[in-house]
Amino acid sequence: MAVEQAPPGVFDGAALRTDFPVFDRPHRSGRPLSFLDSAASAPRPRAVIEALADAYGHHYANVHRGIYELSEDATARFEAARRRLAAFIGAPSDREVVFVRNATEAINLVAYSWGRTHLGPGDLLLSTEMEHHANLVPWQQVAEATGATLEYVRITDDGRLDLDDLRERLAREPRLLAFSQVSNSLGTINPVTEIAAMARDAGTLTILDAAQSVPHMPVDVAALGVDFAALSGHKMLGPSGIGALWGRRELLDAMPPFLTGGSMITRVSLDGTEWNEVPWKFEAGTPAIAEAAGLAAAIDYLEGLGMANVRAHERVLFERAWAALGGIGGVRRMGPDSPDEHAGVLAFVVDGVHPHDVATILDGEGLAVRAGHHCAQPVMQRYDLPATTRASFYVYNDLDDVQRLVDGIRTVQRVFGTA
Amino acid sequence: MDNLYRDFILEHYRNPHNTGVLDPHDLHFADSNPTCGDEMSMTLRLDEAKERVDDVAFTGRGCAISQASASILTDELRGLSLDELRSIDPRDVVENLGVPIGPARLKCALLSYKVLQGAVIGAEARWPDEAEVLAGANEGGSAP
Repeated sequence: MAVEQAPPGVFDGAALRTDFPVFDRPHRSGRPLSFLDSAASAPRPRAVIEALADAYGHHYANVHRGIYELSEDATARFEAARRRLAAFIGAPSDREVVFVRNATEAINLVAYSWGRTHLGPGDLLLSTEMEHHANLVPWQQVAEATGATLEYVRITDDGRLDLDDLRERLAREPRLLAFSQVSNSLGTINPVTEIAAMARDAGTLTILDAAQSVPHMPVDVAALGVDFAALSGHKMLGPSGIGALWGRRELLDAMPPFLTGGSMITRVSLDGTEWNEVPWKFEAGTPAIAEAAGLAAAIDYLEGLGMANVRAHERVLFERAWAALGGIGGVRRMGPDSPDEHAGVLAFVVDGVHPHDVATILDGEGLAVRAGHHCAQPVMQRYDLPATTRASFYVYNDLDDVQRLVDGIRTVQRVFGTA
Repeated sequence: MDNLYRDFILEHYRNPHNTGVLDPHDLHFADSNPTCGDEMSMTLRLDEAKERVDDVAFTGRGCAISQASASILTDELRGLSLDELRSIDPRDVVENLGVPIGPARLKCALLSYKVLQGAVIGAEARWPDEAEVLAGANEGGSAP
């Protein structure tokens, strides 16, 4: 089956791949690398690597401390990166953007700091069946610690959040709803604005796992109407070890610190301590200084492409891949059958072949895909699957990657005699 | 890579030996590999003296490597004493697959071994040390 030629408006994948040194690396298959696992972690462009090296080489000292030029320089660049990220995600104020290690830490920050302060027996917490473990386990832990009850919004057979089920649960006025904008295991794009409005009407706070959306589409947290949002730098072409929590200022102001120590204080005596203002109240210890510069460079790169274009590009790749895999007998595709509601994350099952065998054979063809439960075991349980294979697209992928995926699946079926 | 899916492995995957559940049995354990969702259950019947394996059977769902590994391992168990079961070298289990196994698929290859050890001790067994197994089992072979 031949995938058709690219329509206008789609990035030239081959040209963009020259920005990413990882594609220079020879693959043991002897074929060029087809990287289809960006939903797990994305490679970074040379501009990000150079920004990291430049920060470490020429602008590095500890931030918020030194009364000397180099520290002032490092601090100014660190805070400039915060402003860059705030603008990128539509945060009304950069004071509302807390640097953390990753989206997991951002969610844990809210679970520990807000959750343990505000929750008690009789309180209801909502997560959903489609969440990544990062947006499930912290809530299980906080429910266990506080005596609050945790329930999960159901998902439909085609991988959408069941909004009727959500409405019924919101009627019991839960304190918080934790949900994702894009499911990492199904690719579903949730109607965040609608869900946030429903939650607001119920007096329920919302925390959005935006780890899979911010890298791939325009996101404006204020316009979405959520109360908190979590993201990771390493999924958006930035360095690992840096991510962010965005939260509404009055909520962050009222929360106690998560981690304590240096930098997050204004005055410490042996009798007690005064907390610094947000966001620094939540940034104990030396932060990821050079990584912040790398993240700012990643945002520059993405904005150079244009986030609407990134989304349009991935939408085309998804549509072609969805149609092509649908044309292969014995392949089951996961998630909504609509490109409006499905990001560039395509999970599938090849009948009669375990996903790990699929991934190993595809690796032999030079394709990097993910196989397993994608840190979303409840999703696997929901569909009674041990695991799935997942291909995820980003800016450096093109229709050639889609064609190679199709050819690779045919190879899998040939090896296993299931064609 | 393709030689990971040699006919020998695929034949064991499609038509595994020693499948089912022995009833009655003397030893039983069920275990899983949480990273990929593979599940495996093994039952063993001992001889009258309760010293040696009279028969063995397994059930499971999982990848070709884990299922072929269980098929091949269980072929070797009849007549072995409990001490001999305990002293099976995980490197031999990997070696007996006859294909190069890399770190990403090592647990697939060793699940049957872990389930067998669980049956012998009557509790969940530990995974063998991966670095040791890889160092011993893949000498000369290129990891897939």
